Amino acid sequence: MSDFDREQILRTSGVDVLKCMRCGKCSATCPSYDEMEYHPHEFVYMVEKGQIDKLMASKSIYKCLSCFACIERCPRGVEPARLVEAVRLQVIRQQGKNHLRADDIPALLDDDMPQQAIVTALRKYSK
Amino acid sequence: MQRIGVFVCWCGSNIAGTVDVAAVAEALSHEPGVVYSTNYQYMCSEAGQNIIKDAIKEQQLTGVVICSCSPRMHEATFRKTAAAAGLNPYMVEIANIREQCSWIHKDMPTATEKAIILGRAAIAKVQLNAPLIAGESPVTKRALVIGGGIAGIQTALDIAEAGFEVDIVEKQPTIGGKMTQLDKTFPTLDCAACILTPKMVDCAQNENINIFAYSEVQEVKGFVGNFTAKIKKKARFVDPNKCTGCGECTEKCPMKKIPNEFNLGMDNRRAIYIPFAQAVPKIATIDPDHCNMLKNGKCGLCAKVCGAGAIDYKQKDEIVERQYGAIVVATGYNPIKLDKFDEFGYSLSPDVVTSLEFERLTNAAGPTSGTLLRPSDGKHPHTLVFVQCVGSRDTSGCGKPYCSKICCMYTAKHAMLVREKYPDTEVYVFYIDVRTPGKNFDEFYRRAVEEYGVHYIKGMVGKVAPRADGKLMVQASDLISNEQLHIEADMVVLAAAIEPDKTARSLGTMLTASMDTNDFFTEAHPKLRPVESPTAGIFLSGVCQGPKDIPETVSQASAAAAKVIGLLAKNKLTGNPCVATSDEMMCNGCSSCEKVCPYGAITYQDKEFRMPDRTVAIRRVASVNEAVCQGCGACTVACPSGAMDLKGFSNSQIMAEVDAICKM
Amino acid sequence: MQDVKTTFKPKIVAFCCNWCSYAGADLAGTNRLSYPADVKIIRVPCSCRVNPMFILRAFQRGADGVILCGCHPGDCHYTSGNYYARRRMTLLFSMLDYLGIEKERTRVEWVSAAEGAKFAETMNSFVETVRSLGENKRLEDLRCKK
Repeated sequence: MSDFDREQILRTSGVDVLKCMRCGKCSATCPSYDEMEYHPHEFVYMVEKGQIDKLMASKSIYKCLSCFACIERCPRGVEPARLVEAVRLQVIRQQGKNHLRADDIPALLDDDMPQQAIVTALRKYSK
Repeated sequence: MQRIGVFVCWCGSNIAGTVDVAAVAEALSHEPGVVYSTNYQYMCSEAGQNIIKDAIKEQQLTGVVICSCSPRMHEATFRKTAAAAGLNPYMVEIANIREQCSWIHKDMPTATEKAIILGRAAIAKVQLNAPLIAGESPVTKRALVIGGGIAGIQTALDIAEAGFEVDIVEKQPTIGGKMTQLDKTFPTLDCAACILTPKMVDCAQNENINIFAYSEVQEVKGFVGNFTAKIKKKARFVDPNKCTGCGECTEKCPMKKIPNEFNLGMDNRRAIYIPFAQAVPKIATIDPDHCNMLKNGKCGLCAKVCGAGAIDYKQKDEIVERQYGAIVVATGYNPIKLDKFDEFGYSLSPDVVTSLEFERLTNAAGPTSGTLLRPSDGKHPHTLVFVQCVGSRDTSGCGKPYCSKICCMYTAKHAMLVREKYPDTEVYVFYIDVRTPGKNFDEFYRRAVEEYGVHYIKGMVGKVAPRADGKLMVQASDLISNEQLHIEADMVVLAAAIEPDKTARSLGTMLTASMDTNDFFTEAHPKLRPVESPTAGIFLSGVCQGPKDIPETVSQASAAAAKVIGLLAKNKLTGNPCVATSDEMMCNGCSSCEKVCPYGAITYQDKEFRMPDRTVAIRRVASVNEAVCQGCGACTVACPSGAMDLKGFSNSQIMAEVDAICKM
Repeated sequence: MQDVKTTFKPKIVAFCCNWCSYAGADLAGTNRLSYPADVKIIRVPCSCRVNPMFILRAFQRGADGVILCGCHPGDCHYTSGNYYARRRMTLLFSMLDYLGIEKERTRVEWVSAAEGAKFAETMNSFVETVRSLGENKRLEDLRCKK
């Protein structure tokens, strides 16, 4: 699951975590630093390492103000806030069961469900 | 028909790893004109070269094709080999099957097929090669050094020491460059002025060195061994032969509030000034933008106080034209502007300074006479924060993508000196990585930590906010203890990235010397020819080629000098025989070629021609000065009648290559 | 159709000036940045050495694309050669377009000696473009084919 989540987060955020040179300027500039369990630079590192479950379970994702100071200041253009946003989105999707993979479809099939709905859902929620 | 030999190199496994060299040699042996074809492990080795020499003699080869690395690498080597075996060196062609084949393709059949095609193209070209003989040109035994910093000074001294004349052109009123502004130098902590000023004086006293200070190179023409440069000597409004450098005028001038460039604007100078006490040449200069006499015709005080009568308000810029055999570029660097880094508060508080400004604040000849005082209130600072990598390693577009190389060391030096002089201070250094490769460099950095108690913190500063009480609130991250720090600092010192001097770009264009995307000059080979530009006769010294510290700059400066001496020691240079040539029977004297020639190598002559009906006609035809032609080929395309052609890259040769490539 | 597109190997002639783009191609090699083997490089002293004749000849002999690489404007080793090349090629390429050789089959690019990555990227994109256009038959002289 974790690898899939990692790919998903990299794709939705559009962030290249490998560009990070670990300077910590994102965390130095973060106004909610003290509120967070995982800080902006840790988001980058943990996504790179695939430790998505920890991030998804943490309250840190709701502490980010989306002020984008980290994006503005990062000397390498890494954009940590987009990762926070992507993890948040991932959690929301899984909560609402609004994520769909091709493997899940057979279980959903029944006569009352219009096929069109399944196709649309797959298109929408498999990205 | 030529008798062609084909030699396929394995280059160890570099080529043989992806190209089936035996198959290439076999396939090319069936090409028209090929009488001999072989392959060997290292063609450029002595044994490999002997195979070529033996084949030339035994097979009476008239043309040689070598399938190997780039011609930029070993063309000269193989031409010498051919010459040693009695073959004209220009009968050798290289098929580049390493850089442009084996190294970029992974699949053996594909790479082998491409190698064969590249070999065929080279064979097709060599079929049409003709022996060429290079012309000779004399060497002007004088060198031009552009830039009078430590790089230019060292290069000039070494060239002069070998007995050749050198001109230094420096745009500032004095030579010395950035090093004059430094306080101490790492890792030994000798005082910069103490080691630099004797060298400046040596330059002034050396008979072979001619200093053009307050001057700029305006135009350079010519080619290796025969450059002509126009140097603009800007008007100082002071007669350099009369001025004694007494400084009387600089004390009497009423224009007192002009920011002093030498102290980076942290104090003032007058409109007539000598940058600093040890300036070379020690001559006063009038700043025309601020002098009342030059602007409004009122004042003239300096002329009145000058005992030597050296002031000359009517002096004009002067253009000097000089000949040179070699040119050394030593244009140096500047710290970048910090206007894109608002987060560090550089424009908000005078107590946020760059490292170069900090040098001046600790220098005995600086605005505070060497006592470290806060620029805002002149008080002694107790907490100092140093920020490294400000604009270095920055790919976001605000700074420079490269590492500026010198900042780690000078920051350690600053931190150490502050702690030594003022033990009551707390000094923090924020770093991303500490990079200290160099002799005694890491030991130096460790001393700052272990002996001087400088707090090195892995992390970056995110915000510097000046407070109403004059303190600077520094917000930073400490990545190792994983916490955000808030420090109340008295001063913040920013290690700004360095960039090539702004004049480098236009100079590069003038010299046709290539540059990289950061405006650093490119070297002819990154490892094997690090002090030469790809343009013959142009040499590189110091930071203009890439970030460097003083020891490295001095080594490169001496290396460049050695290269220049090697060039100037020759009496004659062998030219490039691949020059344009005009077929007089086809030329109709239209002047198209003359117009496009960047070197003025084409002239027209009226010549007598015997016509078919036995009459004699006088026709105007183009002729090429082979010593001046550089072989670009612009004229060959401009010629409407096809009379102009380029030796070594003739129309028929290139066309044969095109055919061979498209034949498959 | 799909099959033709994947197996089609275009013939591409690249003219590279000795000082910048040929060195850039060498740098691409030194850095092992791959581009398709369909590209074959011809070394010329300067981009201004490339006679429109050479390009016509290439198309006559069945080339599918021709690319000319020179130094960046202002960086020409011979001061002004790349400006001549740019003007000449602008005229030539619009004439070729008129004759039915699509503009995408011809290209002028500036690649410096330090831009190995740009060289490889340029070649990859050019080959891709030519591949999508398919074989060139407009100017090909069938008598030249064996």
